[in-house]
Amino acid sequence: MIEVIGLNKSFGDNQVLFDIDTVFEKGKVNLIIGQSGQGKSVLAKCIVGLHKPESGQVLFDGRNFLELSRAERTDVRKEIGMLFQGSALFDSMTVEENVMFPLTMFTKMSKKEMLERANFCLERVNLTGKNNLYPAECSGGMQKRIAIARAIAMKPKYLFCDEPNSGLDPKTALVIDNLIREITYEYEITTVVITHDMNSVIEIGDNVIFIYKGQNWWQGNRDSIITTDNAEIGDFVYASEFMKEIRANMVDKRK
Amino acid sequence: MIKLIANIGKYFQMLWIVFSKPEKWRIFRKRLFEEIQLIGINSIPLVALMSTFMGGVIALQTASNMDNPLLPEYTIGYITRSSTILEFSPTIISLILAGKVGSNVASEIGTMRTTEQIDALEIMGVNSLTFLVLPKIMAAVLFFPILIIFSMGLSLVGGWLSLTMADLSSTETYVFGIRSFFFVSNIVYALGKTVVFAFLIVSIASFYGYYTKGGALDVGKSSTQAVVSSSVAILAANFLITQMFLL
Repeated sequence: MIEVIGLNKSFGDNQVLFDIDTVFEKGKVNLIIGQSGQGKSVLAKCIVGLHKPESGQVLFDGRNFLELSRAERTDVRKEIGMLFQGSALFDSMTVEENVMFPLTMFTKMSKKEMLERANFCLERVNLTGKNNLYPAECSGGMQKRIAIARAIAMKPKYLFCDEPNSGLDPKTALVIDNLIREITYEYEITTVVITHDMNSVIEIGDNVIFIYKGQNWWQGNRDSIITTDNAEIGDFVYASEFMKEIRANMVDKRK
Repeated sequence: MIKLIANIGKYFQMLWIVFSKPEKWRIFRKRLFEEIQLIGINSIPLVALMSTFMGGVIALQTASNMDNPLLPEYTIGYITRSSTILEFSPTIISLILAGKVGSNVASEIGTMRTTEQIDALEIMGVNSLTFLVLPKIMAAVLFFPILIIFSMGLSLVGGWLSLTMADLSSTETYVFGIRSFFFVSNIVYALGKTVVFAFLIVSIASFYGYYTKGGALDVGKSSTQAVVSSSVAILAANFLITQMFLL
C-alpha cells in the first residue's frame, strides 16, 4: 500500500500539486486520471522520488520515502517496477539483456538463473523467443510488453505505469491493460497507472483518482465513475456526444 | 555570468556523485571495456589519419623555412619531434577527440535522458551517474595516453615520409634529429596533459548530456555546447599546464 499525505509540489512560482491526500491499495489497479497538464505525471514522479515535493509524505507500506537515507531509498526503489510512457528500454541491449538488467545489478543470481527468470517474464508477457531482438526491432506494443517484463523481473511490490497505452491501437491497448491487471492480482502488487484512456478506466480501474487543477478532485472506482454527477469528471470522461450516449446506456442498463 | 558559475557548481556536484562506489565491480569492468572500445579503439583510424598528415605538414613547413645554411639539416627532425610531442599530438589530437568523443558522449547520454532511460535507471535504484559516466571517464583517462603515444609515433613517420618523398632530408639525418636533445620528461609532460584533457572532454560532455531537457533539438544543442565548452577547457588547461611545468 502507498499512502500520499499532504503532498505539495511547485516548479518555481508555479504550484502544480496542492495538498494531495490519497491511498493506493495493495493488490488493486489504482488509476490516476485527468486532463493534460493537471499534474498526474508530476504526482507519480513525486511518489517514486524523481521530483522532490516541497512538503508532504509518501509512505511505502509505512516507510516515509522522502525521509529515508539514500541507501534506504535505494532499497525501496528495488521494490518498484516502472513502465514508462516511451518504454525507456536500453537501446544498446537486447530484449533479454533489458529484462535481465535489474537482476544483474542487484541480485547474486547465476547467469543461468537470471536467464530462466528473464525467459519466465518474457513468457508471461507473450514474448517467448524474442530474446535476441533489439528494442528498435520491436513494435510499440512489444516494447511496452518488454518494459513490463523488465518491471516484474525483480518481483516488485509496487508497479507504476505512465500512460501504458499511449500510441497503441485499441486491441493492443487492451492486451496491455489485461496484462497489468493479471500481474497485479497474481503477485498482489500495488499498481498505479496514469492514463487518459477511458477504456482503461472501465476495464481495470479498481480505484480511480481524478486529478484536477493539481488537486485530488474525486476518488472512486470504475462503477462509480459512470454514475457520478461530478461536473469536472463529466467534462473529462464524457467529452464527446458519443461517450455521453454510451454513459446514458450504461446507466439505463444498471437501473 | 551567474549561469556560468551555477553550471560550474553543478558540474562539481555531478563529479562528486560520479566518483561513488559502483554497485557491482563486475558490471563496471564490463562497461569499462565497452567504453574503451567505443571511445578509444574506435578513434584509432581518425587519430592515425590526422597524425600522419599533421607530422608530414610540420616536417615540410620546417624544411621550407630552413634557409639559413648555418642551421644543421637534422634540425628538421628535432623541430618536428619537439612540436609533435609537446603540442601537436596531445593538444590538437585532444581537440579533435573533443569533437568526436565529446559529441558522441553528450548525444548518447542526452538521448538517454530525453527517452527516460536515465529515469528508468534511477527508479531501479541504480546510481545513473556512476553507472553511465564513470566508465566513460576512466576509459578516456586510461586510453587517451595510448592514443597520443600512437599519434606521436605516426606523426614522426608522417614527417619522415614527406621529407624523403620530397627529397628534403635523408632518413639518417631525420632520425638523428629526432634523437637529438631528447628528454623523457617531455613525454611525461605530454601524457600528463593528455590525462587532464581526457578527463575534461568526457566529464564536460557527460555534464551537458546528463542535464539535457527537452527533445531531439535539445540533444543537438547539448552536443554542440559539449564540444565548444570542452575545447575551450582544453585550451585553458593547456595554457595553465604549460605555465606550471615548462616556465
